[in-house]
Amino acid sequence: MEVTTRGLWTLIHGMGFGGLYLLACSGALVEIYRRYAPNSELVATTLDESFLRLYLVAMAILAWLSVLTGAYIVYPWYRALPPAGLTDLGAFPQRLLMSNPNTVGWHSLGMEWKEHVAWLAPISITMAAVVFIRYGRNLKQHRSLRNAVLGFVFVSFIAAGIAGFFGAEIDDHAPVRGGATIQIMRGVKQ
Amino acid sequence: MSPQDQASSTADLTNGAGAAALLAAGVGSFLLAVFAIAADHATSIKNLMIFYKPTGPLSGVTTSAIVIWLAVWAILHMRWRKRTVMLGSIATIALALLALSLVFTFPPVGDLF
Repeated sequence: MEVTTRGLWTLIHGMGFGGLYLLACSGALVEIYRRYAPNSELVATTLDESFLRLYLVAMAILAWLSVLTGAYIVYPWYRALPPAGLTDLGAFPQRLLMSNPNTVGWHSLGMEWKEHVAWLAPISITMAAVVFIRYGRNLKQHRSLRNAVLGFVFVSFIAAGIAGFFGAEIDDHAPVRGGATIQIMRGVKQ
Repeated sequence: MSPQDQASSTADLTNGAGAAALLAAGVGSFLLAVFAIAADHATSIKNLMIFYKPTGPLSGVTTSAIVIWLAVWAILHMRWRKRTVMLGSIATIALALLALSLVFTFPPVGDLF
């Protein structure tokens, strides 16, 4: 059982940072919606607030790590140009997608949207984390602020979902592979 | 500090700092979409946006938007942090900018410009 370094970085970027971020979004939305609604009877304790602060900061870190590893580690491998005359484009995912009319859309629409829309997530969640750290339980008194923060977290969820969906599909049609091979486990030949 | 003391010490928090964070995030997101469209349509801007060659114009598009977002945030925060501002209008503008950035980054929409 082996994985290449490029494949491993793609996993860390997508399923590690991006996947965890997507999973965390629902928790943040529910907590901010339920506990900080103006008429909510739920009392946010100091422990609850500290937890949500840490939770949002962790989400912001995950979002930044996801876009930074995507843009500066995985994306250069994706968009690398093949040498002239090369017919096997397996190591050049962007060119492989563009070489077939049935897959070109995964690049021209999927990657073109994903590479930009994904950045809305770290911007939005960083803002939400900073606002929550400053206001905490006072968000109950600032109804417009709470609603707007919820809106930003929701859009960050949508943006991360778009990036995750296209990332998974693009990797399915033209995976980023190559580099050194890491052997995870050696099996017995059957 | 008891919960009552904590509540009274924070209840007078103005909304200015929150409004600054919201509007800056909206502006930063919107600029990201605008820079992406500009780099896609003009070769000169595309070349200008290549801050890191392996990543191409995406490096400049995102770095420029992030730098401006943080600068706008810092300026608005300094101006509004002790003030009570019209949060409803500011939140609406910020959310509208965020929604527009979501739409404008969609390639078929970006290609209309």
